Amino acid sequence: MLKFFLKRLIGIIPILFFVSIFIFLFVHMIPGDPARLVAGQDASLADVQAVQRELGLDKPLYTQYADFVKNIVQGDFGLSLKTKRPVFDEIAARFMPTFWLTFWSMIWAVLFGLVVGVFSATKRNKWQDYLGMFGAVSGISLPSFWLGLMLIQLFAVNLGWLPTGGMDSWKSYILPSITLGAGVAAVIARFSRSSLMEVMKEDYIRTGRAKGLKENKVVWGHALKNAMIPVVTMTGLQFGFLLGGSIVIETVFSWPGLGRLLIDSVSFRDYPVIQAEMLLFALEFILINLFVDLLYGVLNPQIRYE
Amino acid sequence: MAEMKVGEVIQQPLPQAGNVKKCTPKQEFWRKFKKQKMALAAGFFVVILFLLGIIGPFIAPFGAAEFDYDHILEGPSAAHWAGTDAYGRDIFSRILIGTRLSLFVSLLSVFLGAVGGTVLGLISGYYGKWIDNLIMRFCDILFAFPGILLAIGIIAILGPGLGNVVIAISIFSVPIFARIVRSSTLQVKATVYVEATRSIGAKPRRIIWKHIFPGTLSSIIVNFTMRLGTAILTAASLSFLGLGAQPPSPEWGAMLSGGRDYLNNAPHVTFFPGLAIFLTVLAFNLFGDGLRDALDPKIKD
Repeated sequence: MLKFFLKRLIGIIPILFFVSIFIFLFVHMIPGDPARLVAGQDASLADVQAVQRELGLDKPLYTQYADFVKNIVQGDFGLSLKTKRPVFDEIAARFMPTFWLTFWSMIWAVLFGLVVGVFSATKRNKWQDYLGMFGAVSGISLPSFWLGLMLIQLFAVNLGWLPTGGMDSWKSYILPSITLGAGVAAVIARFSRSSLMEVMKEDYIRTGRAKGLKENKVVWGHALKNAMIPVVTMTGLQFGFLLGGSIVIETVFSWPGLGRLLIDSVSFRDYPVIQAEMLLFALEFILINLFVDLLYGVLNPQIRYE
Repeated sequence: MAEMKVGEVIQQPLPQAGNVKKCTPKQEFWRKFKKQKMALAAGFFVVILFLLGIIGPFIAPFGAAEFDYDHILEGPSAAHWAGTDAYGRDIFSRILIGTRLSLFVSLLSVFLGAVGGTVLGLISGYYGKWIDNLIMRFCDILFAFPGILLAIGIIAILGPGLGNVVIAISIFSVPIFARIVRSSTLQVKATVYVEATRSIGAKPRRIIWKHIFPGTLSSIIVNFTMRLGTAILTAASLSFLGLGAQPPSPEWGAMLSGGRDYLNNAPHVTFFPGLAIFLTVLAFNLFGDGLRDALDPKIKD
């Protein structure tokens, strides 16, 4: 077990390395001189050169990269071009709203998706199954921003039950998390259905039935546990999509999170913030995948010995 | 009873199971595909969409930039089936005209991504060793970013615009196709007929394109269809965020974004473009599901 954990841990080091190079080069791929961008449109040549020195842009590329990594490890992402505040502070303030939004979206999406998936699998090829699966494919096909706007229209504008946006009370969470989780719920419903149907063909299910177990017990007690293993992986991967989705949803609901910060930064060409956000999102995604991988190993002992 | 020789048994025709007919892979595919009514309907809808993409601008009752300030933000009526927007433009016509744009952007971007990914996947799967490692690590880097984030990053560098959306979507489609094609390449490579071709001295390039590529084609087609839906969604999302198509373009995402300010008194301005996106993506997804089930040899009737 420990060997498996270590192997996976070591496995992400090269990915981290290349991702950091990719993000480091990101600023260098922007057309034009980053120093001029920082110094501003009407800065003199001396000003630009001063900024170049200050940012270390006059040093060779590998030295710049080494400094970049050193600064990141110390939590120094530079200053935001827009607010002139440290990027770290800008992002730290936005982290928790996005975290809680993704968290609640994931919770309802997993629970709801699982119930629909299991129900569809047990009613295979009946109208309940068709309804569930049509709902799921619709969920995957819905443009999330449209769903969000329609929910705002119905529940906030017409009925006045829930706020249109912002993050004031628990009520503010309802519409954004439904919107954000819809696609994930759909994917999980589809996936858990097919996974459960696969497991239901196994011999031990037949044995369970032959012993006279109630169907509910066969499904929820025996089959589901094994059907869950691939679903766990899928759920983990969906986290990445939630992170991506939150970028759009936060704009729809005026959510004070990382996604909206990113969009604001792109329109302002605030490259230090964009760079830090890309790194943060990638890091989160890599860590979630690692966690899923490890969990997979815990759930399915066969994986560990491959 | 006459004495029976060993040879006679063999000469008797083999028992045929039921009324299973021998058929070509194409017939087999069609037999399986047409059973799926939903996918069939979706496929029909996709064909209509492509037709609309071609003839849309000619049959639209109004022009995409036909302003009418006497009829702004009007709800659906006999004259304006989907109502009018803040400039009095006919939303239904704009959706029709925008069909071409949405289909073109998604087709082109997924096509570019598929070509790049297929070449990388074939090379990776066929040659293995360090080149496989290199390509797969490259994919890992791209996979480390959620798709839309990568697209936003690329647009942050290149600047907003529909052309850059195409580039962004094709770049993040590359690793998806590369991985899928690599794994089917590995399967096909292990078959006896590829072994046979290799042993009669065929060159790698010939083996890859003549013998392995056709074997990977069905998984490429299925994923191509599935990715089309995702590409339309991503392009629309980026336009909605103001990073893709810019107003006054009749791109669906941009139209929807423009309607946000009028949600209170004219929700139809956002409703109809969104419905168009939803139905199109739904059709591609249902069609893709049907293709997958019909092409997957593991799924029996």
